[in-house]
Amino acid sequence: MRMRLIPDDTNINFFKLASVTFGGSMVLLVLSIVAFMTFGLNYGIDFRGGTTIRTESTQPVDVSAYRTALESLELGDVSITEVFDPTFRADQFVASVRIQAQDDAESVAQSTIDSVRTALQAVDPEVDFTSVESVGPKVSGELIQSAIFAVIGALSAIIIYIWLRFEWQFAVGGIVALIHDIGLTIGLFSLLQIRFDLAIIAALLTIVGYSINDTVVVFDRVRENLRKYKVMPLVDVLNLSANETLARTMMTSGTTLLALVALLALGGDVIRGFVFAITWGIIVGTYSSIYVAKNVVLMLGVKRDWSKKNPATGGRYADIEDS
Amino acid sequence: MLNISPFRQALIWLTVTVGLLLALPNLFYDRVETYNDAVSTGEDATGWPSFLPSNLVNLGLDLRGGAHLLAEVNTPDVYASIMDATWPEVRDALAAERDTVGFVTREDSPDDILVVRISEPAGAARAAEIVRGLARPIQTLTGAGSTDIEVSTSGPVLTIQLSDAEKQAVDDRTMQQSLEIIRRRIDEVGTREPTIQRQGTDRILIQVPGVGSSAEIIELIGTTAQLTFQQVIGPAGADATPGVGQEILPSIDEQGVFYILDSVPVVTGEELVDAQPAFDQNGRPAVNFRFNVSGARKFGDYTLDHIGTQFAIVLDSEVISAPVIQSHIPGGSGIITGNFTVEESTNLAVLLRAGALPASLEFLEERTIGPQLGQDSIDAGQRAAMVGGLLVIVFMGMTYGLFGIFANIALIVNLGLIFGVLSLIGATLTLPGIAGIVLTVGMAVDANVLVFERIREELKTAKGPARAIELGYERALSAIIDANITTLITAGILYWLGSGPVRGFAVTLGLGIITSVFTAIFVTRALIVLWFSRKRPKTIEV
Repeated sequence: MRMRLIPDDTNINFFKLASVTFGGSMVLLVLSIVAFMTFGLNYGIDFRGGTTIRTESTQPVDVSAYRTALESLELGDVSITEVFDPTFRADQFVASVRIQAQDDAESVAQSTIDSVRTALQAVDPEVDFTSVESVGPKVSGELIQSAIFAVIGALSAIIIYIWLRFEWQFAVGGIVALIHDIGLTIGLFSLLQIRFDLAIIAALLTIVGYSINDTVVVFDRVRENLRKYKVMPLVDVLNLSANETLARTMMTSGTTLLALVALLALGGDVIRGFVFAITWGIIVGTYSSIYVAKNVVLMLGVKRDWSKKNPATGGRYADIEDS
Repeated sequence: MLNISPFRQALIWLTVTVGLLLALPNLFYDRVETYNDAVSTGEDATGWPSFLPSNLVNLGLDLRGGAHLLAEVNTPDVYASIMDATWPEVRDALAAERDTVGFVTREDSPDDILVVRISEPAGAARAAEIVRGLARPIQTLTGAGSTDIEVSTSGPVLTIQLSDAEKQAVDDRTMQQSLEIIRRRIDEVGTREPTIQRQGTDRILIQVPGVGSSAEIIELIGTTAQLTFQQVIGPAGADATPGVGQEILPSIDEQGVFYILDSVPVVTGEELVDAQPAFDQNGRPAVNFRFNVSGARKFGDYTLDHIGTQFAIVLDSEVISAPVIQSHIPGGSGIITGNFTVEESTNLAVLLRAGALPASLEFLEERTIGPQLGQDSIDAGQRAAMVGGLLVIVFMGMTYGLFGIFANIALIVNLGLIFGVLSLIGATLTLPGIAGIVLTVGMAVDANVLVFERIREELKTAKGPARAIELGYERALSAIIDANITTLITAGILYWLGSGPVRGFAVTLGLGIITSVFTAIFVTRALIVLWFSRKRPKTIEV
């Protein structure tokens, strides 16, 4: 009667199609970098300054009328998008107006916001501003800096922790997997031009935390099996460990994704980008702990004598050709 | 064997009970909030039993609605006004030695430096000596031993500037003053729990819940010049009628004392540069103050003409003090004496300085969230958390059967504990914070999954159920610890990086990790042990 995501005794050879799985991952990573270089990211006001206004009305949003109304104000780059969400009431119509940072001010002047309000109310008297957020260029510059520091800091802290707890090869494997996850997430955001703001950085760090969590569970089992089967080739130890932990990996990803899908569908549009990033990250994070991190460990090989009791046992380094 | 000592059992359930009790008030949010308001205003508090905890999770601005502003204080503004006020002092001091130094003129210079040229280059050394004589020792801990101004000479030109120690002291004072003024202004509107915090060296974070727009706050803070120095016509009763051009104002600390004042102020607080608690010649607490150039002139002229009369220092339409002018006060600095205690003189100095913002503010960041949007977010978050939680619970039950139910109980306890700890430490729940909780719901089962999967494996090697459970816990532990420490590291870094909403996310994520490990290792295990010792099953299915 028990439901099983994964049959009890799996014996999947995760390295069989390494050129497709690991290779494919690397190709996607390169494509993500290309996408980032070509399209760039749709930075939110947190990172490039400016103002975002969320408008709400009982009348349907007429984006082109809004645009015409705001053009006369000469605010520079203005973007207007209508926001849809299943959680909205039937007579709730929401739009998001973004205004670029004005040259002469650290923060957008109140008069600008008032003039936008007047202009939009001329189009639709019912329109109301439910949120107004302005970030000046000085703060946005600092936010970029602290975001970069945070991501680098998190990666360094984790690499050091894994290095201390495992071997350096594992640390490298973990980090490659993390770069893969972050890279693919940024790639997707660049491709789909989803707004990239401070919350997305928080999402990236969450992905980092989750993905390394997954990877560490596999590594932990690899370490245990390396001690247990001293002569088994590394590739088999890695495979065995992945198979043994597969049920847990799928189970945890499953429950997390269930919770996230509920949040994605019902959590409202304000945090949808954030939740979307985490959801995507957990999918690629689960994938990378099975197909990326281990491959790197296999390439680098692992010293088998780390208990220092049995220096002569087994091949000291795995032969990559064997895989 | 599979056992937990009664003492540990008791400890585990005690922790759970306390945690859940702490979380309880959040289920009755409005009621407890009303109760807390009543308690803080000293009213009769009913509606919530006083023996229960009444701490609530703070709702962030993105959930409650309100304004968030980040302001930068332009501290160098103050250096300029101090230099402007120093100039007449320097001029007067040097004028007394005209024979040696000749004529004195002020040269153009950057705002925070005072450059003075004397017509007799030979007198430069003497001039510098005189100006140095005007310097005051600095009374801060770090600045001990140094003086407030530094004087250097180059030929007939004297350069006077604030010493680094004094600049730091001025910065600190300016920030303190700005915070105080902003706090006073915002308190006047009486909204619930505004946050006014210094951030870094020169920034102030202002968060006011329940405000419609940040413009209101900016306007409120900008309201200045509430401090005036006015001529006292005479004392009065509350019902006296003032004459033309006069007004009646109450005393701030003496009940029933009123003054009739000339409604045209002699000087306003805008012209006050500084006020410091001090002591008079008799060693009684007093307040030193200093005007800028024009204020000094007006005040000097006025005191010269009105020796022996009373004038009033008025703040926000209340008379702080009404001293009698003892002598002509030239140079713009003076001392207010009265029956002060040390504390009162300190407060008065703060109040005097609080009249006008000492330096201009620049708003770097403004965010306003409407209350309706916040409520929508809470509703959506609640719905999503409930549906997500239910899905996870069903999924766990289907996968692990009875053990899944144990894990589910732990999951619910875990949610309660998160709220309990959030309430206890007064953390702020934000929209990403809710996402963090939902994420925790998904991830919290991880530790249990690790253990259960391990028990399954151990069962295969047929050591009997009790041994398998024990080994399952033992051997899964290192993976649980390693995996959760790495996540905790990222939560810590998020907290360090984060402002507002992101920080709220880091807090719930970090707490969720800690409570989920606790519930998985202790609560689920305690449940399993209880069940096992009662049923003594020969075989188990996980």
